[in-house]
Amino acid sequence: MIPFNILVLVCVAYVILLFGVAFLAEKRAAGRGLRWLRSPLVYTLSLSIYCTAWTFYGAVGYAARSGLEFLTIYLGPTLVFVGWWWVLRKLVRIGKTQRITSIADLISSRYGKSTLLGVVVTLISVFAATPYIALQLQSVTLSFGAFASATAAGGAVPDRAATALWVAVGLAVFTIAFGTRNIDANERHHGVVTAIAVEAVVKLLALLAVGIFVVWGLAAGPSDILARMDASRIAEWELRPGRWAGLIFLSAAAVLCLPRMFQVMVVENVDERHLATASWAFPLYLFLMSLFVVPIAVVGLDLMPAGANPDLFVLTLPLSSGQGGLAMLAFLGGFSSATSMVIVASIALATMVSNHVVMPLWLWLRPAQAVSGDVRRVVLVSRRLSIAGVVALGYAYFRLSGGSAALAAIGLISFVGAAQILPAMLGGLFWRGATKVGAVAGLLIGAAVWAYALYLPSFGPDAVMSARVMAVGPWGIGWLRPQALFGVEGMDPLIHAMFWSLALNASVFCLGSILTFPNPVERVQGAAFVNVFEDGVGQGGWLRGAAEAEDLLILSQRIMGDEGALGFFEAEARAQGKLGFLPDASPGFVDALERRLSGSVGAATAHAMISQSVGGAAVSVEDLMAVANETAQIMEYSARLETQSDELTRTARQLREANDKLTQLSVQKDAFLSQISHELRTPMTSIRAFSEILMDDAMPADLRQKHARIIQDEAIRLTRLLDDLLDLSVLENGTVQLDLGMASLQDMIDRALVAAGSTRPERSFAVQRDPASEGLFVLTDADRLTQVFINLISNARKYCMAEAPELRIAVRQRGGRVTVDVIDNGRGIPAASQALIFEKFARLTDHARAGGAGLGLSICREVMTNLGGTVTYLPGQGGAAFRVTFPLRLRDAA
Amino acid sequence: MDAARLLPVFGLFLLLLPMLWEPVPDMGRRTARDAIYLFAVWAGLIVVARLLASGLMAADRGGVPPASAEDEDG
Repeated sequence: MIPFNILVLVCVAYVILLFGVAFLAEKRAAGRGLRWLRSPLVYTLSLSIYCTAWTFYGAVGYAARSGLEFLTIYLGPTLVFVGWWWVLRKLVRIGKTQRITSIADLISSRYGKSTLLGVVVTLISVFAATPYIALQLQSVTLSFGAFASATAAGGAVPDRAATALWVAVGLAVFTIAFGTRNIDANERHHGVVTAIAVEAVVKLLALLAVGIFVVWGLAAGPSDILARMDASRIAEWELRPGRWAGLIFLSAAAVLCLPRMFQVMVVENVDERHLATASWAFPLYLFLMSLFVVPIAVVGLDLMPAGANPDLFVLTLPLSSGQGGLAMLAFLGGFSSATSMVIVASIALATMVSNHVVMPLWLWLRPAQAVSGDVRRVVLVSRRLSIAGVVALGYAYFRLSGGSAALAAIGLISFVGAAQILPAMLGGLFWRGATKVGAVAGLLIGAAVWAYALYLPSFGPDAVMSARVMAVGPWGIGWLRPQALFGVEGMDPLIHAMFWSLALNASVFCLGSILTFPNPVERVQGAAFVNVFEDGVGQGGWLRGAAEAEDLLILSQRIMGDEGALGFFEAEARAQGKLGFLPDASPGFVDALERRLSGSVGAATAHAMISQSVGGAAVSVEDLMAVANETAQIMEYSARLETQSDELTRTARQLREANDKLTQLSVQKDAFLSQISHELRTPMTSIRAFSEILMDDAMPADLRQKHARIIQDEAIRLTRLLDDLLDLSVLENGTVQLDLGMASLQDMIDRALVAAGSTRPERSFAVQRDPASEGLFVLTDADRLTQVFINLISNARKYCMAEAPELRIAVRQRGGRVTVDVIDNGRGIPAASQALIFEKFARLTDHARAGGAGLGLSICREVMTNLGGTVTYLPGQGGAAFRVTFPLRLRDAA
Repeated sequence: MDAARLLPVFGLFLLLLPMLWEPVPDMGRRTARDAIYLFAVWAGLIVVARLLASGLMAADRGGVPPASAEDEDG
């Protein structure tokens, strides 16, 4: 049997060994001769801080109490790691590109580098971790106690509180020594990580050794274990679906959100490819750790006295069977589990506290110091104090809670607290619309429910919360009872708290995000996080290089140290092609510097410090204006392009129209030619026919006379047609010679009426005139104008079918123009044909009755054009109506 | 890649399956059987993840440049 003071000695020796390993690794890391330190194996082993003393001692106790339910705590992380392609890969990539230092930094950075969120997440994490640290202290204390009671001899055994205090102090010292050597979290704690890897091996070996001893030493192999299992009270275990699924989910959430897991998984990750190895190796580690839990519990229940604490079977089984060496190994395994967890958790929490609480507070209290004080020392001191503070809090919880509760229950309280970060984290990774307001509100309400329903009651009745409140609710309000919120009763208290806190958390987060609008920095960060796998996603960006490089150098020297800062600046200057230590303060450089600094003091603080130097927020209104201007320029350019293309379209349309017109003209010309040949051919045919008849000598004289007349009539018609055509072509070409002179309009109309009287002389027209208005003298070509009147009047005579035909001629003078309307009382011209009548050979009625070639109105139109006027059809006058308009005084030049 | 995404979903299904098993009265071997089943599923997941991880890494190296390259300087 090992005396107690030897146990203490072994502990001290073990710690010294760890110191040595950490120190060596740190030295090797500095000398860059550490191939194996950066191997996936070390990464996987460092992840094993998930398995704390809770696993080492507590899992057996858990199995003894609740059967296979303990497996859920390891199955959740297994699923997360097996599905690393979903979340872990993205987390690690973001952690690297954004130089994330902690989970609080991740959340703060995602939601616009918000200081408030950093503080909230830090506080939640610290409070959630406190019971967990207490758990480690408790397990170490218990294991010391187990050894002490087994060995009565060998010195006085200190009481439990004193043991816990000594352990806490020792851990704090170790952590401060190796956890705060350098302040850039991204330079990674090689020493600590290596020490943790060693501890991981020790605890795995210890548990496996105890397991093998139990299965093949105490029992008679696996089949015996299975038989004992069904005989023991573990067999009475019943799987409760709510707890089974809930705990798998909870442990999966916790492995992502626990600060210490985030620290080793993301911050200490050297190479993203290590994750691929860890995706199967870490589940394998968990598998091996869990493999012998049930056998140890079964055999322990079998062999140990009824009142023995099942949490300590790992230790007490070898002790009771006289295996001192094995018990020592088991003790060291448990000790390793506890210490590694406390070390990493306190480093992670201290980084969060110093970066997100102390630094912003310090910058706020002394803005002047941001430019002149030694930030480096402040960061280091605050980090050391934070480590001590975190461990002290754990100790306080241990004392307060009385160190009595089962290990597993304490661990789960911590898990639920950490899981509150999950909605904001996953939302930030996958949803660009998630906003800061939503995240803050969700976190606060989730944390509040967790504290009210689980954390405060965990201190025991009447410690913080009175038993009366627990039983009937505050002020007697039943639906506010901490373990039966909103009347949900009969639920397991843990699952009840988890359900309500996460449900409210996630709903408030989503609702807040939907109802609010992200600010510019948030939008940029959101895009950078969600689209981290797409190249070319821009950073927030310092658009203006207003900062002097020298100011920035002074600033960064205080955070990175003289050598580090100078080296960084020199490298940047060289990259810009400059000699010396001062690169241009280009946006790219300031950006790189901010990311570098955020690796030391967190994104929000680095952002604030650079802002003070550069002046103004990263994305100010002016920056937005600049972006907007650029956009405006692009838009203007595209608008110009659009105008040009519009112009091209218009030109093309014009060309098309011209083309259509030409085609139409060509068709018209063809139609005209065929029409004219037809018109010429008809009289010619009859002339030829009758002249042939005339050649017959035996023709009576009167008949010959008649035929000769027909021939003459046709010839006259032909001549008239040719005259008209000639006239028209002269008029159309505009080569007509006008014979200008003063003439009385009345005379012209008189002449026209007389001349037109020869058309269908059998009809008598009532002519209405207003002689007074006609008393005008017009400077024009009187003969031509008269010809137009004759045409119009004879048309009226020809086509007006009224019983009592009537012709009205109205003259008006307006300004320098005269209008003459010629209106009859016939049926007029249908609207569809009004556009046609001025075309050549357009005849609305049949040929015979009209007796003309259909050129009359065409000629009128051409004449009027030559006289500087128009002739148009006047609709709506009760009959056919034409309006002739011409200038009072025609200038020759026109 | 899709297999890697589906694996946890599939795993979750298998792990939640025991919730549906009816407790068999007067049968002592239930817990032992459950334990063997769960550990078998667990081992299966590890093996498949191992196979997928090597495949994914090969694909990653062949396609886009490995992610770590750009981060080494930072």
